[in-house]
Amino acid sequence: MRRRTILVLGLGALAVVAAACAPNATQSALEPKGPYAQESYDLFVPVFWVATAIFFIVQGILLFFVIRYRHRKKRTTMPPQVHGNTKLEIAWTILPAIILAGVAVPTVATIWDLAAEPEGDVLQVTVLAHQWWWEFDYPEQGIITANELHIPTDRPVYLTMCAVGLGYEQQIAPSTCQEHPAAVGDSVIHSFWVPELAGTQDVIPSRTTYLTIQADEPGTYEGQCKEFCGLSHAYMKFTVVAHDPSDFDAWVAGQQAPAVAPPAGDAGAGAIVFYSTCTGCHAIAGLEDPDGNPLIANGGPSLTHFESRQCFAGCMLANTDENLRRWLENPPAVKAGSWMPDYDLSEQELDQMVAFLNTLE
Amino acid sequence: MASVSIPTERRGGLLRRPDATTGVWSWLTTVDHKRIGILYGITAFLFFIVGGTEALLIRLQLAQPDQTILNPSVYNEIFTMHGITMVFLVVMPLSAAFFNYLLPLMIGARDVAFPRLNAFSYWAFLFAGTFIYSSWFLGGAPNGGWFGYAPNSVVDPTRGMTFYAIGLLIAGIASTVSAVNLAVTIINMRAPGMTLFRMPVFVWMGLVVQLLLAFSLPIITIGLVELLFDRLFSTHFFDPAAGGDPVLWQHLFWLFGHPEVYILILPAFGIISEVLPVFARKPLFGYQFVVFSGIAIGFIGFGVWAHHMFAVGLGPVANTAFAVSTIIIAIPTGVKIFNWLGTLWKGDIWFTTAMLFSIGVISMFVIGGLSGVMHAVVPSDYQQTDTYFIVAHFHYVLFGGAILGLFAGMYYWWPKVFGRFLNERWGKIHFWTTLIGFNLAFGPMHILGLQGMPRRIQSYPESLGLTFWNLVSTIGAFTIAVGTLVFLVIAIASFRKPKQMVADPWDARTLEWLTTSPPPVHNFDEIPVVHSLDELWHRKYAETEGGRVVPVAAGGSGQEAHGDGHGDSHAIHLPSPSYYPLVAALGLPVLGYGLIFGLPFVVAGLVILLVGLYGWVLEPSVE
Repeated sequence: MRRRTILVLGLGALAVVAAACAPNATQSALEPKGPYAQESYDLFVPVFWVATAIFFIVQGILLFFVIRYRHRKKRTTMPPQVHGNTKLEIAWTILPAIILAGVAVPTVATIWDLAAEPEGDVLQVTVLAHQWWWEFDYPEQGIITANELHIPTDRPVYLTMCAVGLGYEQQIAPSTCQEHPAAVGDSVIHSFWVPELAGTQDVIPSRTTYLTIQADEPGTYEGQCKEFCGLSHAYMKFTVVAHDPSDFDAWVAGQQAPAVAPPAGDAGAGAIVFYSTCTGCHAIAGLEDPDGNPLIANGGPSLTHFESRQCFAGCMLANTDENLRRWLENPPAVKAGSWMPDYDLSEQELDQMVAFLNTLE
Repeated sequence: MASVSIPTERRGGLLRRPDATTGVWSWLTTVDHKRIGILYGITAFLFFIVGGTEALLIRLQLAQPDQTILNPSVYNEIFTMHGITMVFLVVMPLSAAFFNYLLPLMIGARDVAFPRLNAFSYWAFLFAGTFIYSSWFLGGAPNGGWFGYAPNSVVDPTRGMTFYAIGLLIAGIASTVSAVNLAVTIINMRAPGMTLFRMPVFVWMGLVVQLLLAFSLPIITIGLVELLFDRLFSTHFFDPAAGGDPVLWQHLFWLFGHPEVYILILPAFGIISEVLPVFARKPLFGYQFVVFSGIAIGFIGFGVWAHHMFAVGLGPVANTAFAVSTIIIAIPTGVKIFNWLGTLWKGDIWFTTAMLFSIGVISMFVIGGLSGVMHAVVPSDYQQTDTYFIVAHFHYVLFGGAILGLFAGMYYWWPKVFGRFLNERWGKIHFWTTLIGFNLAFGPMHILGLQGMPRRIQSYPESLGLTFWNLVSTIGAFTIAVGTLVFLVIAIASFRKPKQMVADPWDARTLEWLTTSPPPVHNFDEIPVVHSLDELWHRKYAETEGGRVVPVAAGGSGQEAHGDGHGDSHAIHLPSPSYYPLVAALGLPVLGYGLIFGLPFVVAGLVILLVGLYGWVLEPSVE
């Protein structure tokens, strides 16, 4: 009967191997795409095989004993009453200790490696974790974006991260995550994870944490908040878009360009709806309020160049007109707990808003 | 309790001492450790069914991408309650059931040191559980995870996490009281000749667990009180805006939470350390190594808590220290595995259901242990933390280790407790269904975690490519449910047959099998005098110089000669039943409601508690 166990276990082990090669997982720690994720992975793989070897040895011994020493019908005598064997027991205390020491040495070395701040040509990005979306600020480039982190390939990106709540407001320039107690009211712990580029780093109110990521190849890499952070924890996603360095510079230039004043028609009407409804929380760089002052984001994501983004609402939704309309109709119905209320916009206003947002390229 | 002295006169006090020996009142007022053990067992098993149903709901929701069976709000309540239930209302009290019932019998005592306190512990646990569950009807269940991380657990606007804090405080009182009680019992009430190193391993693990409880519960108590004060009285222990520290909660929680893991697993280790020798027909290999590694696990268990926090950013020094301590704790754990294997070596293995479950524990726990070592490899853990890989890991420890071990204990001691057997044929079906279902449910979670599925998410998009293994896992969960149903049926069916009352059906080695099945209320007609480890075995068998085992003349269960085992027990003093443990414990949840619903409940709770304590203190003695 133990054979069935081993069959199940064997299948389980096979499954792990098969999964390692599964091509369809898009957020997998088993497919590192940059040196920092690679470092974790290079430690994971040998430890996995050591563990697998020990697994088969122990299960093999167990299975062998269970079959070899099973009760036979003819047997009437009791087995010899062996109480132990000190030498043997010391041996199986020391042997695992040696194997574990072998695991500990590279572990400790890599801990220190990954904790070091990168040197040389490093891109600095500030990550602000909101409930439930991500803000990415580029202090040196003067860019603020949301849910989409654009990086150049082959260059370390040093993330300075903090969690902010509804108390975080009045943001006009990119943040550098300076400690500002007023900004952390109502904020909770989040965790930044883009497995193909690096391991996890928690983002904690009142603390500043750091993480280095780097991508080898251009592409998009999926990420997600990992620490339970309330109602829409499952929908606090983001995308990292890695560009060739020249493409990255072009992206930066595009983001730095001010917004173009909307033309007339639906989009122009949408701009009026935007001014009357949205500017309490959202800002668009380059647009001004009626008094001629720049708009100030107050809790909501910056909508600058919104149309250039692939997704919105914590990357819960792809950036399509259909999704946008559904979202604007009643945000909390789409995303539980969303701080953006239902403004009860009319069908016409919805069309106008979508048209307006489409102009923010 | 027919043969026990019954109070005949009243000497002060609020009420006459209760004297029912059958019926509901006898159970409500019992102070008999065996009855309390049975109450713990039944209650914990009911919670097991509830917690298991919650697990099935979680698996239904996650069976396919983008499902809406449970909305995020309900999902968060369900996964939180699943965790709270399984940890605090199932595995801990189920272990307490075994400790309560068996520790006195195994050390040759008539009861625990403080029988009324023992009853109080049970009632407080029951009320803690019902208090937490009443939250479903009183404004929402806890929804911040069983780990209740601040500040999310503080800022949440529903009442759930207030119920969590108060409920766990009450459960903590129950466990603390019980821990002290059982530790005192083990230390002070052993039969003559039972030195510490003649105690069965289960008793040793019992002692380690009680000490772990006694030292770790105060830490979570501090955390829970601070959480409660933050929520109710606007203190700022964890409020970052006012200078509080959210990470403080994590330290307090895990400084309790990691010893808690050993509180959950060591009882199962103790159980299989009893079962394996009996059915391998030879003594535990390296008794002292097993005992000392259990003690070592208990000690080191207090020094590994921050391995739950590698991604917090405590810095490389802290991460290095906790990586090393975590790696070290793997050593005594490995020792146990090898000693169990050594026990099977050259044995004569009887495949009873209890034995199958015990072998299952070795096999499954190895998987949980190995994935545990992988988490100690910090850079690798940076990827695995807060993913389903962790969920897989701790279910291999807590289901594959603790729950399977507790089932082994049920099949093994059922004939002792009830004088009846659980059906062995169906028991084996229960075992294989559970084992296969378990591996289907939790094996794929390793893969899901590595492929990028975070924990505690209410749904996942199809694009992540996680659908297949999630479906497999759900099928596995329902297979476990089928297995549990089988157990439920054979448990009930066992009572439809007449009692067989075999004192020592397994040809066992320890003292509890010396007395009748079920044991008389006074446990032993005559307190046994202990001469060796595995005392009962040595009364039945001897070894020749060549190492051959021969039966001792007139060996066997010492009490069989007494017919039904109830010799002259009139002179045996036993504690009398009492109303007051129940009354005093009832005051706690009422006080708890007072913290939520206001003064009238506070007053009522205080009155009940004081009446309980007053009556308790002044209760008339019976002789």
